Amino acid sequence: MIQALRISAIAIACLMFVAGLAASIWAIAGNPLPESLPQLLSENMSRSGVEHPVTAVLLNFRSYDTLLEIGVLVIAGIAGISMAKTTSLEDPELRTSDSLLYALQRWFVPLMLVLAGYLLWAGADRPGGAFQAGAVLAATGVLMRLGGIPMEFIRPGLLLRLGLALGFTVFLLVALASAIGGDAFLAYPPAMAKTLIVVIESVLTLSIAMVLLALFVSAPVNDAEDPEEGGSS
Amino acid sequence: MTAPLLYALAGALLCGLGLFGLLCLSHLLRKLLAFNVMGSGVFLVMVGLPQHQGGPDPVPQALVLTGIVVAIAATALAVVLIRRYYHLSGLTTLDAEPTSREGGQE
Amino acid sequence: MTLWLMAGLLFTPLAWAVLTLLTDFSRGRLVSWAGILVQVLVSLGLWLAVARDGGFYYGLGGWDAPLGIELRVDGLAVTFVLLTAVVAGACGLHAGAYIDPDKPWHRYFWPLFWFLWSGLNAVWLGGDLFNLYVGLELISLSAVGLVALGGQAGALRASLRYLLAALLGSLAYLLGVALIYGQFGTLSIAGVATWLSDHPVPSGSGMALALMIAGLALKTALFPLHRWLPPAHGIAKSPVSALLSALVVKASFYIAARLWLELGQPIGSLAAAQLIGLLGSAAVVWGSWLACRQQRLKQVVAYSSVAQIGYLFLLFPLTFSVSETVSLQAQQGMTLQVISHALAKAAMFLAAGNLILSVGSNRVDALAGVSRFLPFSLFSFGLAGVSLMSLPPSGGFAAKWLLLQASLGSGQWWWVLVLLAGGLLSAAYIFRIYRASFLESSGTDQFFHPSRSLEVIPLILAMLALGLGLASDQVLTVMALPFEGEGAP
Repeated sequence: MIQALRISAIAIACLMFVAGLAASIWAIAGNPLPESLPQLLSENMSRSGVEHPVTAVLLNFRSYDTLLEIGVLVIAGIAGISMAKTTSLEDPELRTSDSLLYALQRWFVPLMLVLAGYLLWAGADRPGGAFQAGAVLAATGVLMRLGGIPMEFIRPGLLLRLGLALGFTVFLLVALASAIGGDAFLAYPPAMAKTLIVVIESVLTLSIAMVLLALFVSAPVNDAEDPEEGGSS
Repeated sequence: MTAPLLYALAGALLCGLGLFGLLCLSHLLRKLLAFNVMGSGVFLVMVGLPQHQGGPDPVPQALVLTGIVVAIAATALAVVLIRRYYHLSGLTTLDAEPTSREGGQE
Repeated sequence: MTLWLMAGLLFTPLAWAVLTLLTDFSRGRLVSWAGILVQVLVSLGLWLAVARDGGFYYGLGGWDAPLGIELRVDGLAVTFVLLTAVVAGACGLHAGAYIDPDKPWHRYFWPLFWFLWSGLNAVWLGGDLFNLYVGLELISLSAVGLVALGGQAGALRASLRYLLAALLGSLAYLLGVALIYGQFGTLSIAGVATWLSDHPVPSGSGMALALMIAGLALKTALFPLHRWLPPAHGIAKSPVSALLSALVVKASFYIAARLWLELGQPIGSLAAAQLIGLLGSAAVVWGSWLACRQQRLKQVVAYSSVAQIGYLFLLFPLTFSVSETVSLQAQQGMTLQVISHALAKAAMFLAAGNLILSVGSNRVDALAGVSRFLPFSLFSFGLAGVSLMSLPPSGGFAAKWLLLQASLGSGQWWWVLVLLAGGLLSAAYIFRIYRASFLESSGTDQFFHPSRSLEVIPLILAMLALGLGLASDQVLTVMALPFEGEGAP
């Protein structure tokens, strides 16, 4: 009874929330827009180094967001591998020795690697880019892992941590180099913008794939644990 | 009524659904899925609303891309935490107290 | 020069996060101590530079707002940057000695610590709504990772609860940002405020502000959305609890306060302002009351945070539709409250960690007799308590004095009652700890002695909190510094 009352109260509150939100969306949709950012953006596109506006926003105009976003991803990866306290993250139970899956893999893995490369390259002038490519790369890793291909490099050793940090480090070094060059933090020299963006995107792809794969792989855990402070009593 | 505005309104509906799920459901994975539904709603509003009048706008599209990455990071972290929590306590909800109740009056 | 300082400020925490990711705990400690030194010097340098020349806008990547992301480097921001350097530096030094270096998972402490710091700096300086969202997520995820680090089921439970609350709060904030962008076509707070100053308020923007502030209030643990905070702050390692209570909750509050001060007057309403003030008052009373009833030491300190955060929200009614002077007083009171609470609460959590370490239990009644063995940490705990109880000359007193003047000046006398009740109740829970520690029970004589450095750090922080009342003029003049105009370098 109380449970039903509680659920209906929450349902009513959520409905009111939707109604209020929809009303203000409707009201905002009717108001004139004071500032047109897309126009300003297209005026500055020539200075950004890439042709696709979304990539330009992500990696040039608002590159600080992207830098911090990769930081968030690395944090999730760190927190994930800190949960897994085994020396090896291999979990024999997760391996299948399905011959069909194995055959499928031999077709799919190279194709997916090519697709990831294409997505990365396409980011310059059409939808695509580091994150999409990294996600496909990570999916390849997941497929390989489920198919029973051992992946010894995914254990919480130095190699994995280097991989996690690689993309972020390169991005950060570029940012620092631009600051040392006398410009603002993260300001690329216009002549080198294209090269720098391609370099950053490539290493980011690797790191993003690594983080996602590490999070997938690090889910199994063992029993090691840290007692709470003064928790013995 | 343009298509982007319809997206924005659908986004509002998804936000409400997700909020309801987040408050009502007790299984942690369901809560997490509800969070993702709500997140999708927010992204729809974010992309739909500015494009209703201004036409294609790459800025919110880029913002949403960043937002999706952040949401994925948060979801993945939550899944890892939930799995470890389940592994250690055998519980899938936050409702029942796993250890003795010495915490106080909350 | 200033450019170098800015680059250093943004770059060092991120770089140190990567460096410490590649080392183990002990080497990470040495590297981090060097990083703390750099970061404190850079923050101090920036504070002095702004104190001398005034604030400025800093366009990242050479792009100005609205196209790029602009950082807003003003007196208030650099004051908080310096505060973060002091408190996080102290917590880092303490953690280096406090955390067991032999557990393999503790190596991940340092990268998370540095990411947390970089997120805090990003939030203090942020002037772009979406960038603030990313900064908030940076803080939340690293804080959750720190709470969960190597934890048992209890810690995981607390961190999951924390994570879900933080994520819901961020989404509400992001929804508000989406509405703001849909309405104004810009993400820069200053841009929105400028447009609003000479146009009528468009309909529908109230919802945007309400969503953002509600989300941030959830992340700041404003009553009645506070229930995730005590478990998370209570169960984390003491240096982590200190960081969370002293700095992390302030980050989301700071954004809410900035939004309110810039957009609250045109968009907000009197009812909303009073409601937020009322919730803040309820937090003061309810949080202090629950703090008096907790059985575990760190839970007492955590509930005290809920109460002290409540004071901050008095800023909202005290700056809405009031005279310039009253608004300034309220803002100064808020700033001093943030600083003094950060220093005092960090000192208190670190001292509580020492007490727990020495008696081997986290229960309040296990403290019996500890006053003979650990007077130093107990003394720090008490000094920090003086600031929380807002006795003169502490920073807490100066803060509440300003808030009191602001309430009387604006005729909102009812907040005075809250200030008085909060002071009395906080005295009650602090004296309760003292009473427990001075009991000469027949208990064990086995007390572990923490090293000297563990005891000195909370003492210094508590002294700073106490001395803040004497130096408040200096702090407040820098905080109120105007911008030097169109001085973006």
